[in-house]
Amino acid sequence: MASGDKLFLKGNEAIARGALAAGCQCFFGYPITPQNDIPEYLSKALPDRGGAFVQAESEVAAANMLLGATACGVRAMTSSSSPGISLKQEAISYMAGSELPAIIVNMNRGGPGLGDIGPSQGDYFQSTRGGGHGDYRLLVLAPATCQEAYDLTRESFDLAFQYRNPVMILGDAILGQMKEPVLTAPDRPADPAEARDWSLDGAVGRGPRLLKSLFLQDGALADQNRMLQAKYEAMRAEVRWECFETEDAELVVCAYGTIARIAKSAIRKLRKKGLKVGLFRPITLYPFPSEALAKLVKPGRKFLTVEQNLGQMVEDVRLSLCGLATSEFFSIYPGNLPVPDDFDEPIARALGL
Amino acid sequence: MSLYQDVIIAGFGGQGVLLIGNLLAYAGMNQGLNVTYIPVYGAEMRGGTANCTVVLSEEEIGSPVIHRPLSTIIMNRPSLDKFQSRLVDGGVQIVNTSLVDMDLAEQGRIRSVPVAAGEISDKLGDTRMANMVALGAYIQATGVLPLQAVIDSLVNVISASYKHMIPKNAAAIEAGAKAAQ
Repeated sequence: MASGDKLFLKGNEAIARGALAAGCQCFFGYPITPQNDIPEYLSKALPDRGGAFVQAESEVAAANMLLGATACGVRAMTSSSSPGISLKQEAISYMAGSELPAIIVNMNRGGPGLGDIGPSQGDYFQSTRGGGHGDYRLLVLAPATCQEAYDLTRESFDLAFQYRNPVMILGDAILGQMKEPVLTAPDRPADPAEARDWSLDGAVGRGPRLLKSLFLQDGALADQNRMLQAKYEAMRAEVRWECFETEDAELVVCAYGTIARIAKSAIRKLRKKGLKVGLFRPITLYPFPSEALAKLVKPGRKFLTVEQNLGQMVEDVRLSLCGLATSEFFSIYPGNLPVPDDFDEPIARALGL
Repeated sequence: MSLYQDVIIAGFGGQGVLLIGNLLAYAGMNQGLNVTYIPVYGAEMRGGTANCTVVLSEEEIGSPVIHRPLSTIIMNRPSLDKFQSRLVDGGVQIVNTSLVDMDLAEQGRIRSVPVAAGEISDKLGDTRMANMVALGAYIQATGVLPLQAVIDSLVNVISASYKHMIPKNAAAIEAGAKAAQ
């Protein structure tokens, strides 16, 4: 595929193609709606390129295969949707503890439990607070368009190797199933030396290496946690966000992913009616763009967080506002398909109209 | 006012509503517009109505999901029941009168454009092209894109092994447009 092609792609396929453009060599997964187009695409494309595609016997197995591949310094990924991601959490914690650069895609569907196959943002806490056991963080990227899904996935492998940390792409059922034009970019294959200093590539001419998350010696685990925390602090350099019409806004709507783009439709409509409403859209959910959001605080300006869950990101929004302002919250229930009309009433209410 | 149009295309599984949704979106993209396409998927596809939503816009597109569309293409009766009341005032609905009683279509609040998509495609020799006839009528009634842009985009949605079907489908689109004049 030549770069600069304009293709009409599903979000899921955009993610798969973004991974290929980044030189992804291995995929391990287990089927679940609404992300099946990712493994479907890669099951053909990866073997064609000399890579490996494995449909594992379970999510648990797939996640541990990912651990194995990334320990060898290979660019590798898995994808799933909410219940499947829950099953992968043990391995995700181990990968974070052993500093492995894995890519994990979660096309969020409704929960809790098996929930439904529709869109949801109910996995925000799970994605940004670790998800598995122990003190760890993933770098979490939340695309809102198919183009962004392609671009962020293409970039995610570099970030994972730069920080030696798992990166999560957090989308949802709408992003996975909708199609949009996507402009492809040049392949950006891995630097062959990117894992030279730590990967398990055979101890020829060097001493043996050990990648592990078990630290039993006195002080060793504390040191490991100190080092990990310093790394998470350093990841703040990657913070990303979008401001839309916030300059003169009396009300700033905070939303991410699909909900943010739907909110944008509502905001455009309300702007035409003369209402001063803007949008703050975190693109990295961890690190959360706290400073950028805090800078939007102004006397009299109000904030409204809208999520398709029962109130998760709103906690980060309120922490970021540091008590200088607060944020109202409006929930679109998982199980309902969000539409722009949903936003009119909560926005009017937050504006005091 | 910059160009903006959204449409829900609805029928039953097998009528090709997703195919013409893709075709319309490709035609928009090929004309340099921003486009989104989203199908209803999952349990709803296996039985009741199949539908998809296409948005065409000069501006960046926010929501790909539309509750109250500016236009619809109604291929069967359940789709009329579901979407007619949601159409905005002044909206356009294309009604496939081969399967929907035109007496049920509102006139006045909205503009209902009848097209006997089934009969027209039968006359062209293939009843499966009713979807293309309906899309031709839609393009004629809304003027959202040049008809030729849609015809030229058939190559994007018809796989290489069915390439020989492109001229027939193009004729169906033209026949639909003519019927809606």
